[in-house]
Amino acid sequence: MRLLINKIFLALSVLSALIGLAFLGWILITLFIKGLSSFHFNLFLNDLIEGGLRNLIIGQFILAGLAAAIGIPLGMAAGIYLQEYGRGRYATLIRDLSDIMMSAPSIVIGAFVYAVVVVPTGGTSGFAGAIALAIMMIPVVINTTDNMLSLVPRELREAGIALGASKYRVIIDIIVKAAKVGIMTGILLAFARIIGETAPLLFTSETSNYFSLDLTESFPSLTVSIYDLANEPEEASRDLAWAASFILTVLVLVINLTGRFITRNKD
Amino acid sequence: MSVMNIKKFSFTYPGVEHPSLRNITLPIEKNKITALIGPSGCGKSTLLRSMNRIHDVYPGNKYDGKIELLDIESGKSNNILEIQKENELIQLRQQVGMIFQKPTPFPMSIFDNVAYGLKIAGLKNKTELADRVEKALKDGALWKEVHDRLGKSAMGLSGGQQQRLCIARAVAVKPEVLLFDEPTSALDPISTGAIEELLVELKKDISIAIVTHNMQQASRISDYTAFMYLGDLIEYDKTENIFLNPKEKQTEDYITGRFG
Repeated sequence: MRLLINKIFLALSVLSALIGLAFLGWILITLFIKGLSSFHFNLFLNDLIEGGLRNLIIGQFILAGLAAAIGIPLGMAAGIYLQEYGRGRYATLIRDLSDIMMSAPSIVIGAFVYAVVVVPTGGTSGFAGAIALAIMMIPVVINTTDNMLSLVPRELREAGIALGASKYRVIIDIIVKAAKVGIMTGILLAFARIIGETAPLLFTSETSNYFSLDLTESFPSLTVSIYDLANEPEEASRDLAWAASFILTVLVLVINLTGRFITRNKD
Repeated sequence: MSVMNIKKFSFTYPGVEHPSLRNITLPIEKNKITALIGPSGCGKSTLLRSMNRIHDVYPGNKYDGKIELLDIESGKSNNILEIQKENELIQLRQQVGMIFQKPTPFPMSIFDNVAYGLKIAGLKNKTELADRVEKALKDGALWKEVHDRLGKSAMGLSGGQQQRLCIARAVAVKPEVLLFDEPTSALDPISTGAIEELLVELKKDISIAIVTHNMQQASRISDYTAFMYLGDLIEYDKTENIFLNPKEKQTEDYITGRFG
């Protein structure tokens, strides 16, 4: 009887896993078929106004890159504070707030940045989009840094102090270095997440059909343009949206796999 | 001559009412090895960790009494428990180094590990740095094994080699005293033997205090032995007296394996 229950339970678990994987496979297959059929190398050479995606891909990377440039130092500094300096209730409060922020819906963050950046500055801009993405990224970086530093053995800190190093030198020279691989992986995964975000950009940076490096204006974004293109009536626009989705998925996949590859080669 | 003098020393951990160490009086003799032995929880590691104030990494501890450290150059002795300023604590730790139970190589090259303490202390000259690192690795009995791969990561060394690297790293800054907190309990017998030989070699220049659970180790390498029990120092004497002719019944019971 117990054996039977065991077998039923195993069968159910396998079935659930298969159902989950089937949907993932379905999504990827649809994306690859539809995306590849409208994929063309010229997409990388022309801007959206000419029927290509060049400006959007570059724009998306600039937005995410700027967000990372803001989010990584802030998030790492906060993570270091929580693990190495923060004590008691105050640190716990910050840690909890950061965890809550991590699960905040991205559209809410978009709306927040709309209210505090877009409205006062008089219009959508690349900066506003990057800020929204940075806000998405910071709690993830805080969490990763905090967790990875907590895995560094206590003795390593003491060994640094026992050699006559001051606390901040020990943190910078030894502790962060020891946790480097984990922190880098976390940052890469956070980057992979924000580069595929649409909602925070929808009414902060919007998108643009033209190539642009001017962050004070509406800024080209691959994800927002996918949203726009998919809503257009013409077949050609929707095909372009598929191709863009395909490219985005491959990008995110590559970044994710790189992150995993780094972790695996850690030892 | 003693390089350290612990006088009526008591220690209380934060949030605990009763002191973990009570009224300890004990010298650490110059160029000798002093072993601290006793069953788990007797306070021997707590005492060792007071001697370079490494306890201060975690705030809220209470020290009472005195721990006097003789500055060999000036001939003066200072009570290290009175030190408040960060830079004086740093200086204390350069004078009194520490080796831990688990090897603690830093995530950097073998060379940089040994050079770390020297760089922190302000040594910048490249040739002098290289000379001091080589000397320290020779003192740590590791030079022969690593001289052709100084740039490689220290994490690739074996456990015993890592522990000797940590000793070399500590020796490099020329401390007066080295504190060893069960340095061989995570190592195999061969590595343990190498480190025991090394300690005996090192005492020519450095005074050593070692916490050990291994009674044979204490009797093999130490000159003086202190037996502690439940936060009290029960007996301190020359090692041969402690092991062959202990005065206290508790000491005798412990070294003959009747408890602990």
